[in-house]
Amino acid sequence: MGQTIIEKIIQNHTKEDVKPGKIVWMNLDIRSARDFGGPNVVKNYEREYGNAPLAEREKTFFTFDLCVPACSLKYADNQQVCRQFAKKMGIKVFDVDSGIGSHVMIEEGLAQAVSTVVGTDSHLNILGAVGCFGQGMGDVDITFAFKTGKTWFEVPETLKIVVKGDYAFPATAKDLTLYVLKKLGTHKAALKAVEFYGEAVKDLSLSGRITLCSMVTEMAGIIGFVPETSDSLREEVRELSGSEFSPLQPDEDSAYSDELEIDISGITPQVAAPYSPDNVRNISELKGVKIDTGFIGSCTNGRTEDLAQAAQILKGRKIKDGVTLKVVPATKRVYKEILERGILEDLFRSGAIIGSPGCSGCAEGHVGLTGEGEVQVSTGNRNFAGKQGKGQTYLASPAVVAASCLAGQIVSPEDL
Amino acid sequence: MTESVFSGKIWVLLDQKGRLIEDIDTDQIYHNAFLHITDISQMGQHALGNLEGWKDFPQKVRPEDILVAGRNFGAGSSRQQAVDCFISLKVGLILAPSFGAIYFRNAVNSGFPVLKCPELDELVAKQILETGDEIKVDLRSSEGSNISKKTPFPVEPMSAVQYDIHQAGSLFSYGKESAG
Ligand code: SF4
Repeated sequence: MGQTIIEKIIQNHTKEDVKPGKIVWMNLDIRSARDFGGPNVVKNYEREYGNAPLAEREKTFFTFDLCVPACSLKYADNQQVCRQFAKKMGIKVFDVDSGIGSHVMIEEGLAQAVSTVVGTDSHLNILGAVGCFGQGMGDVDITFAFKTGKTWFEVPETLKIVVKGDYAFPATAKDLTLYVLKKLGTHKAALKAVEFYGEAVKDLSLSGRITLCSMVTEMAGIIGFVPETSDSLREEVRELSGSEFSPLQPDEDSAYSDELEIDISGITPQVAAPYSPDNVRNISELKGVKIDTGFIGSCTNGRTEDLAQAAQILKGRKIKDGVTLKVVPATKRVYKEILERGILEDLFRSGAIIGSPGCSGCAEGHVGLTGEGEVQVSTGNRNFAGKQGKGQTYLASPAVVAASCLAGQIVSPEDL
Repeated sequence: MTESVFSGKIWVLLDQKGRLIEDIDTDQIYHNAFLHITDISQMGQHALGNLEGWKDFPQKVRPEDILVAGRNFGAGSSRQQAVDCFISLKVGLILAPSFGAIYFRNAVNSGFPVLKCPELDELVAKQILETGDEIKVDLRSSEGSNISKKTPFPVEPMSAVQYDIHQAGSLFSYGKESAG
């Protein structure tokens, strides 16, 4: 019997026979911890292993991205605990100026196709976008990974999803993603690896793939892959990461737990209403909902292409009086790109606030928290009650967020 | 070495209609109001404290008793207390058709035995397993036995990895042993 992508990647990292449902020991190429979870990893490590060396310090990293630079004493302390441990152990820290850890790992070429990466970030499976098996874990698991370079993993079954049809602006990769989430809910992909097929996903750029793969977490899946690639995508990843991009393909006779078709032909922009990311509606059902604020960024939509999409709509226009728009680039590199390409200026002139690269409001960072009664439209991936403060959060594409901030209510860019 | 054969009286988590309760989440197992408790001996009294019909479980259960639950036991958050509360009560092991992914990892990592029993729904529906029965399972064997009813039933044996961590006591002690 042939193997699916996840089975092949795990097989590449273990001597045991890999089959769905089996638990195997798996070697890790990269292990990381962030400013949340990281201090616990340090505490566990020192308690359990004292000053004993890490398995391989050059494969071990801290990535600070949640509260950067620290805006509370707690985070300032936590980051310092990690820095001191890193210094003692000789580990590299991607410090508070770097941006979202998972994105930094793609840009730095640390997360490569066919490699295995773990960290204390529940959206680390976003690395499926570059054919890498990324997985978020708790601090006990990550401590053990720091020390041994291994983890145990139950090989998941794989679900095959064929996305039929095509979409056109004002629908974007985010709308495709939200539509897939609407169709799947939180059960169909639960605990599974997902392989996405179809022309529309094959044609996604890297940033579009990142958007799709990041929300596999909200689909309750383990990880998502898009096996088919275009020339322009391979070129884009090569240029960004500095190395060739050749993701694995599944065997022809590999076994899937199920195969589903999702037809996206002619979808309109999609919006997830509070308080669940899979509470997805066509924008027509939510048009006119008054908003107080907008947020563009996060690991789902914080890349240059996402910000450019928003800037195109905002250019030469002004955000409605009384509404604020917060924009946070995913990484320092994205920040540099929007600066050099004039995107930053368009955003600024329209009235947007620009934050320093990182996770921001998604994780109680500085930018993007809401007060009680405040209504936010966000490009993030979660809108659970209390996640970004006491207000209500709607999830949408960068284009819809930008348009809505101009109008002061949820609208599609074509309504402007 | 920890033992690998477990015997004990079972508690089958049924709802009021007599069906195995599915999707019991970590808030029902251990409510977030008690997350501040760090002393494991204090956690047992809150086990299943938010599960309708089972709030008196900590008073009823005896050491080595075995919990039998429905599909997707331990769904939800990553709180370790949802495992630790059963360790606190000295529950012997938990049998369910499937577990929440993080719950399963947490249990394995702390050396607490959780076993999958894919046919559990049927076994309970046919009353092959009922609350109060005395059962015996070997973590490495695919056959359990209901001592009270003198009937065998199928279980999924632990994988080598899960068994090794269980034998070592926890992921950390396993790591020290295997790293020498
Ligand atoms: S942006 Fe939010 S979801 Fe993404 S990695 Fe940061 S905290 Fe996690």
